[in-house]
Amino acid sequence: MAVILFVVVRALATQVAQQGQDNILNASLSSILDTAVVRDGSVTLDFPYSSFSMLSTNADDRVYYAIYEDGTLLSGYEKLPAPDVLKADHRHFDTASFSGEKIRIASGARLLLASDGPRTVSVSVAQTQDALSETLNAISRNVALLGVGFFILSSGLALWAASTTSSQLHRLTRSVTRRGPQDLSPVTKAVPTEMGPLVGSLNMFMQRLDHTLQQSEDFIAEAAHRIRTPLATVRSHAEATLQRVEHAENRAALQSMVRAIDESSRAAGQLLDHAMVTFRTENLNMEEVDLVEVLQDLVQRMTPVAEMKDIALSLQTEGPAVLAGDAILLQNALRNLIDNALKYAPSETDVVIRTAKDDGISISILDDGAGFDLAEMHTLSGRFVRGKDTGNKIGSGLGLTIAQEVTTAHGGTMTLRNRPEGGACVTLSF
Amino acid sequence: MRYLVLLVSLLLPSALTAQEWEDRQVFGTSEAVSLRILSSTDTSFFAPIIEDFIETAPHISVEYLVTGTVDLDHAFRASPADFDVVISSAMDLQFKLTNDGFAAPLVDLDHPEWAQWHDRLFAFTSEPAAIVINRKAFGDLPLPRSRQDLIALMRAHPDRFQERVGTYDVRQSGLGYLFATQDARASETFWRLMEVMGRTGARLYCCSGQMIDDLRKGELVMAYNVLGSYAQAQAEQSEELTVILPSEFPTTMMRTVLMSKDARSPQAAEGFIRHLLMLQETGDALKFPLPPLTQSQNDDLLRTINLEPALITYLDKIKKQAFMREWENALVQEYRNYTP
Ligand SMILES: Nc1ncnc2c1ncn2[C@@H]1O[C@H](COP(=O)(O)OP(=O)(O)O)[C@@H](O)[C@H]1O
Repeated sequence: MAVILFVVVRALATQVAQQGQDNILNASLSSILDTAVVRDGSVTLDFPYSSFSMLSTNADDRVYYAIYEDGTLLSGYEKLPAPDVLKADHRHFDTASFSGEKIRIASGARLLLASDGPRTVSVSVAQTQDALSETLNAISRNVALLGVGFFILSSGLALWAASTTSSQLHRLTRSVTRRGPQDLSPVTKAVPTEMGPLVGSLNMFMQRLDHTLQQSEDFIAEAAHRIRTPLATVRSHAEATLQRVEHAENRAALQSMVRAIDESSRAAGQLLDHAMVTFRTENLNMEEVDLVEVLQDLVQRMTPVAEMKDIALSLQTEGPAVLAGDAILLQNALRNLIDNALKYAPSETDVVIRTAKDDGISISILDDGAGFDLAEMHTLSGRFVRGKDTGNKIGSGLGLTIAQEVTTAHGGTMTLRNRPEGGACVTLSF
Repeated sequence: MRYLVLLVSLLLPSALTAQEWEDRQVFGTSEAVSLRILSSTDTSFFAPIIEDFIETAPHISVEYLVTGTVDLDHAFRASPADFDVVISSAMDLQFKLTNDGFAAPLVDLDHPEWAQWHDRLFAFTSEPAAIVINRKAFGDLPLPRSRQDLIALMRAHPDRFQERVGTYDVRQSGLGYLFATQDARASETFWRLMEVMGRTGARLYCCSGQMIDDLRKGELVMAYNVLGSYAQAQAEQSEELTVILPSEFPTTMMRTVLMSKDARSPQAAEGFIRHLLMLQETGDALKFPLPPLTQSQNDDLLRTINLEPALITYLDKIKKQAFMREWENALVQEYRNYTP
């Protein structure tokens, strides 16, 4: 049993720690990739200082990176092992070895539209794993101690009251095993007093992991924020210039620049939202929320966007739908879903939001677009996952992730399906 | 081609002497162990440190080689086995050397965490970049307190400053480049200052020493981003010079030392670095004539450049090209187009 606990907790810890490093590498990678632009016919990246400073670790891990244009090295470390084929907007994580050390490497690519055709810029950011293995070793030591303590305790207890206690231990082990990597809340199940200290130290160690995780979320939020503010400035400059420029070619270039800026700031915004969601779902701010009110407000705010595409956005409700939840999070989730419907539906169609109350509350967002691809339907709510057929629609693959995480945090479920008459339907049931 | 270079360097260990040093001095008389130190710091500052070291280890003789920061980086990358200890003020270049695996680890050093990186790179001074002024040439103008003041002064009195202001040529000096990039990162004022200096026909320098010489001679009225430590030493001797730390944020650099991973005398090298860090800590100005580390991590008044991975940002090829272009546009181009 002690061995099981050790293996389970160690596996969980590895997963969480690796995820933490990946998150930071991804944030760094995105902040570099987002700055890629074509200027005077050549690709340039003016990435911020924070791109690398967020990679500082206690163990002073080394940092490597490489920037390629269509497979040729533009700058950075040559010979950094990077995947050959990279789909735009996807992220690739890998463990490799570089100059004699084990590194974790994150890669991603972006398609840039230059006047002479598309160019693919790909970036890899890598880091050694000293800090990670330090943390893991420390955790392993603790867990081993815990395991030994657990073993001694459990055999001692077994001598006393084998039958009763072992079932309780089983329950504890099960509840630890069943947890997802996000759930680091303390174990609060009532346990026999002899097991108090054991559970206490287990909880303490979970708390430390939680702290590490939270730090990485903070990093992302900070990074996203730092990207967004200067982008807004650049955008307004570009807009102002656009007013003045007459030459068609220049206008087109400026317009594609504005588009690229929008794309980056949207990605940054969603990263920020996602970090916020992850943080808040652990500290839900419960209050009475009327979802109908939230929706009315959203519909009002998003109607101008819908009108630009000649989409009729309507809300069908049957009286208030009140629920205990976090208003900011719920609003964020619903906004992302409506956003998607407006984005993926063709112009001159209807987008309908419907609330219903049977056993609980359910909200459906229906559109007349192409619907979901059946083959990829169950993967779409993963982080950074985008559909194959998104065309030139701007997106970062976090919208459904946010909606899913918020819904789950409120004890609800999110279902994706296609309507028989065509179009997508996303339902949240609480 | 690679093999040819290898062959040449194997056949001609003396090819090294082709390198032109700004200064080269040998300390100690022993022939037993010789320690080669490659440094960007003027010998006058290091002589007392080396002499003190040799007193504790008389079997070691030290060869002290001085060259510019950029040159130093090239020389060391080309032949890491020819040098035991590398000292430079260009923190970014030193950081990259360490990140690229050129430095050997030194463990169990009792040195503050924020002043070292990866057990391999150790900072041992805190030196702000300063504005230095020749008071006589400055006349009755009010002394500037900040970069903003400088800009205003140069705009208001173009005649007084015409071709008599100086700063680093970032194309030649690694330290100049570090100061400039860190300034640009902190505030937009930097670019305005560069533009105004460009219009005033600023003179560009490879090193702080020469800027200070020209200030003393009165050829310069004012120099920007001069190494405060060098200037202070001179200001104490001559009446005319005034050293000013810009009040918004004086960019502060830490001089760093590393031991070559291919050092031929690793024990002597390690001994020397330990001795250097120890002298730094005692704060004895006679034996350690450089400004010791100041714990400025929480002090906004001295913005110390951190030893962190972000230091490689501006060494990136693309970023560097862009920065140089912007810098030349501001400083050099305008100068050429200037018609009095
Ligand atoms: N209303 C919809 N109609 C069709 N496809 C959709 C719809 N909403 C989401 N999708 C698909 O799900 C993928 C993931 O959605 P999301 O996580 O919101 O990311 P994105 O930023 O790409 O929109 C999208 O790339 C798209 O392929």
